Amino acid sequence: MSDTTTSTGMRVPGVTPTDGGGVGNEVFRLENLNVYYGSFRAVRDVDLGVQQNAITAFIGPSGCGKSTVLRCLNRMNDLIASARVEGGVKYHGIDLYDPKVDPVEVRRRIGMVFQKPNPFPKSIYDNIAFGPRISGFKGDLDELVERTLRQAALWDEVKDRLKESAMGMSGGQQQRLCIARALATDPDVLLMDEPCSALDPIATGRIEDLLQELKERYTVVIVTHNMQQAARVSERTAFFTAEVDTDNDRRTGLLIEYDLTENIFSNPADERTENYVTGRFG
Amino acid sequence: MALASTDVTVAAVADRLRGRRADVSGRVFLGLLLAALGLTVVTLVTLLVSVTQDAMPVLQGGAVLEREKSPDIDAENLTVTVFGETIPLEAREDPVTGGTRYYRVSERSLGSFLSNGVNFTRPAENGISQGIFGTLGIAVMVILFALPLGIGAAIYLEEYAADSRLTRFIDVNIRNLAGVPSIVYGILGFTILVKALGPITGGRSLLSAGITMAVLVLPIVIITAAEAIRAVPDSLREAGFGVGATRWEVVRHHVLPYALPGILTGAMLSLARALGEAAPLILVGAQTGFFTDPTGALDRITGSFTALPMQVFNFTRQPGEILKVQAAAGTIVILLLIVLAVNATGIILRNRFEAKRS
Repeated sequence: MSDTTTSTGMRVPGVTPTDGGGVGNEVFRLENLNVYYGSFRAVRDVDLGVQQNAITAFIGPSGCGKSTVLRCLNRMNDLIASARVEGGVKYHGIDLYDPKVDPVEVRRRIGMVFQKPNPFPKSIYDNIAFGPRISGFKGDLDELVERTLRQAALWDEVKDRLKESAMGMSGGQQQRLCIARALATDPDVLLMDEPCSALDPIATGRIEDLLQELKERYTVVIVTHNMQQAARVSERTAFFTAEVDTDNDRRTGLLIEYDLTENIFSNPADERTENYVTGRFG
Repeated sequence: MALASTDVTVAAVADRLRGRRADVSGRVFLGLLLAALGLTVVTLVTLLVSVTQDAMPVLQGGAVLEREKSPDIDAENLTVTVFGETIPLEAREDPVTGGTRYYRVSERSLGSFLSNGVNFTRPAENGISQGIFGTLGIAVMVILFALPLGIGAAIYLEEYAADSRLTRFIDVNIRNLAGVPSIVYGILGFTILVKALGPITGGRSLLSAGITMAVLVLPIVIITAAEAIRAVPDSLREAGFGVGATRWEVVRHHVLPYALPGILTGAMLSLARALGEAAPLILVGAQTGFFTDPTGALDRITGSFTALPMQVFNFTRQPGEILKVQAAAGTIVILLLIVLAVNATGIILRNRFEAKRS
């Protein structure tokens, strides 16, 4: 296997550059992660650690399993009946797939923003308030709504129409509302699955600026198709690619390289990473 | 497409742009579509006009001639004495035999038609209040039994059940049940509700009929509700789960409100179907002639009953214009109005919920 350097490097957490060069606290540690859809293996043998209060980017071509890996981090894959996860997904040392772990509580702590803005077809206010309400929030809901909307840099645009439907907002506003909604349950981590792919460059810029502020308080893992975005916003980048099984043309994703973003883009250790980031492949 | 080819000049391009190609097949297709729509509209309008015309004497009210065949007719004074009451008659020539026929002249009004019970001996006093009560009773029972069961089953199948061989088997069977002829449900109702459960349901009762109709429309309620739930975008569910909602909270706060307009549409269609069915009523024993209304709330549910479709059927089997044509058509109009009211309610509710979700 040509990626032995990568795998061996990553088995030693927090020491080698292939662990993302991290020295801070580790929020997630994936150990030999395999994800199956039925009998088909979608992702194989992923090992990596995610550092606290940093932005980690997952990049790679379509079908490389980066979204699948991201969805393992808050057990969103549970919603797909045929999905099965093998290996360890440790969150602050706790195995998220332990039978005793409640996936609902996991998702409260590990919020998620999706590729397409998906606000609830309710008012802006109720979009934010839904999460806190169901988790039994007792404090001042108005204050919480204002605070999260400010955090998502949306307050000034919507403060006069909180009771209006969220469906009437622009795509960029909707996506920031989804970020605010994810922040409202006071999570520890924010998972973002290509959050800007449906947005124009200006809206994308606003969200990227926002990410820089958010990482002060949250740990962010972002999947992106856009290499420039990964280069701009993240501290560490993981490059995934897909192996194609020529028998049935199915793709199995695997992690090729995980390092500080600057190393990935300027001095990648693996040839495949270099081909991808220089635009020769994918 | 290279415009620069030798024979293409600016003039030729302009000609092409201006000249319309003869789109023959497209026009023929459009014509066929219009013909289909036209034929449908003409058919429906003819049907409605014809029924309404037949029903006009009932809807407007007025004088009604009833043949009097009593042997006690006093031909001199043109009266007949029944139970000591002297009633005036009108004499007319029989067009066939040339003899004389005697008729009672009575006033009939829409009010009496709506508030009287079945009366075949005095057609002018015949009314459909019992049928209206029965039809509304069946509607209430369908709403009470079929909607909660059907919508509940649909939610379970779509949101909770794993995609196993068993659930697929159940799904296929529900779809098949929706196509089973209504008379079969009538037999089911007769065997189980009228015979086996007779002591509880009262046998040939409104309760038996209501439950039979509920079972009849249950598959339709399940299928339409399941379709409506399936149409809820997965992104909405993900959004709910993403902020830490349980499955119940996602269903309660997001899936059901979004699917409600579709569920309502299916419910209204089912209800309209239940109100219009006559075949199962025959088997569960709707009354075909005169009967006294049961007294007491419970007896009205577990006692003798009839319903509007059944009454239409019964009226058309009676001799004489008044029942065969006028009363039958009048009953149809009332039944159509009830169905229309049900559908209108459904549409209003649906629009309200649809406005809410945008």
